[in-house]
Amino acid sequence: MQTHRRFDWDPVFHVLTLGGGLVLMLVVGAIFWELWQGSQLSLEKFGWSFLVTETWDPVSETFGAASTIYGTLVSTLIAMLIAVPLSLAIALFLVELAPPRVSALVGGGIELLAAIPSIIYGMWGLFVFAPFMSETVQPLLAHIPGPFFTGTPMGIGMLSAGFILALMILPFITAVTRDIFRMVPAVVKESAYGMGSTTWEVTRKVTIPYGIQGIIGACFLGLGRAIGETMAVTFVIGNRHEISASLFAAGNSIASTLANEFTEASEDLYLSSLVELGLVLFGLTLLLQILAQWWLKRTRRKMGGGL
Amino acid sequence: MNIATAVPKTGLALSPDGDSMDRTHSDVISRPRGEVKISARGLNFYYGNQQALVNNDLDILSGKVTAIIGPSGCGKSTHLRIYNRIFELYKGQRATGQLLLDGENVLDSKVDVLELRRRIGMIFQKPTPFPMSVFDNVAYGLKQHYLLPRSEMRDRVEEALKAAALWDEVNDKLDKPGTALSGGQQQRLCIARAIAVQPEVLLMDEPTSAIDPVATAKIEDLIGALRGRYTIVIVTHNMQQAARISDYTAFFYQGTIVEYGETETMFTKPKVKQTEDYITGRFG
Repeated sequence: MQTHRRFDWDPVFHVLTLGGGLVLMLVVGAIFWELWQGSQLSLEKFGWSFLVTETWDPVSETFGAASTIYGTLVSTLIAMLIAVPLSLAIALFLVELAPPRVSALVGGGIELLAAIPSIIYGMWGLFVFAPFMSETVQPLLAHIPGPFFTGTPMGIGMLSAGFILALMILPFITAVTRDIFRMVPAVVKESAYGMGSTTWEVTRKVTIPYGIQGIIGACFLGLGRAIGETMAVTFVIGNRHEISASLFAAGNSIASTLANEFTEASEDLYLSSLVELGLVLFGLTLLLQILAQWWLKRTRRKMGGGL
Repeated sequence: MNIATAVPKTGLALSPDGDSMDRTHSDVISRPRGEVKISARGLNFYYGNQQALVNNDLDILSGKVTAIIGPSGCGKSTHLRIYNRIFELYKGQRATGQLLLDGENVLDSKVDVLELRRRIGMIFQKPTPFPMSVFDNVAYGLKQHYLLPRSEMRDRVEEALKAAALWDEVNDKLDKPGTALSGGQQQRLCIARAIAVQPEVLLMDEPTSAIDPVATAKIEDLIGALRGRYTIVIVTHNMQQAARISDYTAFFYQGTIVEYGETETMFTKPKVKQTEDYITGRFG
């Protein structure tokens, strides 16, 4: 039988995939370059003090990113503190405890939640959630001593932004962690049950650690979304350039400032400062990425394989 | 081989004729003499509506190695998974009949399952190191079932690793992840983890099927060394392995126990034709 010579597509395939990778690098590079270029004016004028100055005053043309960085980090932190444990709990319920039909139903609902555009969350947050916060939740929280829950319960503010963000990233983290828990081999779990463990012990010591790398990944996926989320936050955060210890107070995030003020920025320095805010967000995200990578490497070294 | 001709081809326990069943039953399902650790009495098992085990009777002697052999899908693993009630993790799986551990029915709902699983350890087809250090893997069950000071924990972990013939290979790697060990070492780690909680019985479900021949030999040696201290029940599809390491062998076919007796007798003078066909490789 005669064999026929096939054309070797491998080099073509290689070039195509390499091209895809390069395009990605190019886009990231271009974004950085644009931000860098655009923020030159502000960089020259304020230097490093831009990062620590709280004042944001277009009238006197003094700009500092401190309040927006603070707002971005705090609203994201609140969101993560609420969303991560809740997502883990939901995912574990769906995989380990819920009957298949309930699991499918709740799972579907969660995925639906992820498909809602962020502007809807924002509007719902402003018209439904903020009044609920000011009338019900905040008066309750005000009983907690300390600086975090003081001031007028306005409904909108840092706390509400955190809650809305939590709601938005919840479906993402839940969906990914659910898939991770599903991938933990049955035999590993059986083996832990076989040692006489309770469901709680198996979950805490085996299932979660087994999937920890994926879970960290899922959390950073959610965090990435929360840190750059714009519309929903803009609606409920209050848009005030001041740092307050109280979570009831209005604040600001980088993304919401950009959304609010870009159209108003007529002065070159104002515009340049806004672009520099974008650069700061870019850097912040990069920093978190690096942190995530380092963390992953560390857990891998400590616990070995897994997912 | 005269008796074999008297045995119905479909398997013994399925025979509706009580009288003939009892006669052939006692001939081919021996009741070995000695201290009985576990006995199955009229054990049935169902996956949903499908019956997987039919009327299993089996006496397992204390401190001996008992092998369960039979073709794929005959119910070997299913039978083993009743002993520590691990099947209960899955909905729709249920067992009826009795499984007596030291005379007490473990299928009784009053039995403390967590304590039962401490007394009956299990090793699986694939090594299942938990995502933690070698030390923590062995200490896993200890921490759960006992309240021990740190120093005693160390001693117990060392003891278990020595008993599993693994100490010399891992004593400088105790804080390395369990998954960093080789496959054979991982399986011995699982054995160490199981024996650390001082069980009475070890169930092994094809423990060497995912492991290379050299590592398999080590585990077989280990099973030999553990004989006497623990009652070992091992499911294997490898008949040579059963012949090498076990004192007693049960041959399963289509959910019934076709023949049970001393391994040597079974492999040299099987009483039932089916057993002979299987161990000589005519099917399986």
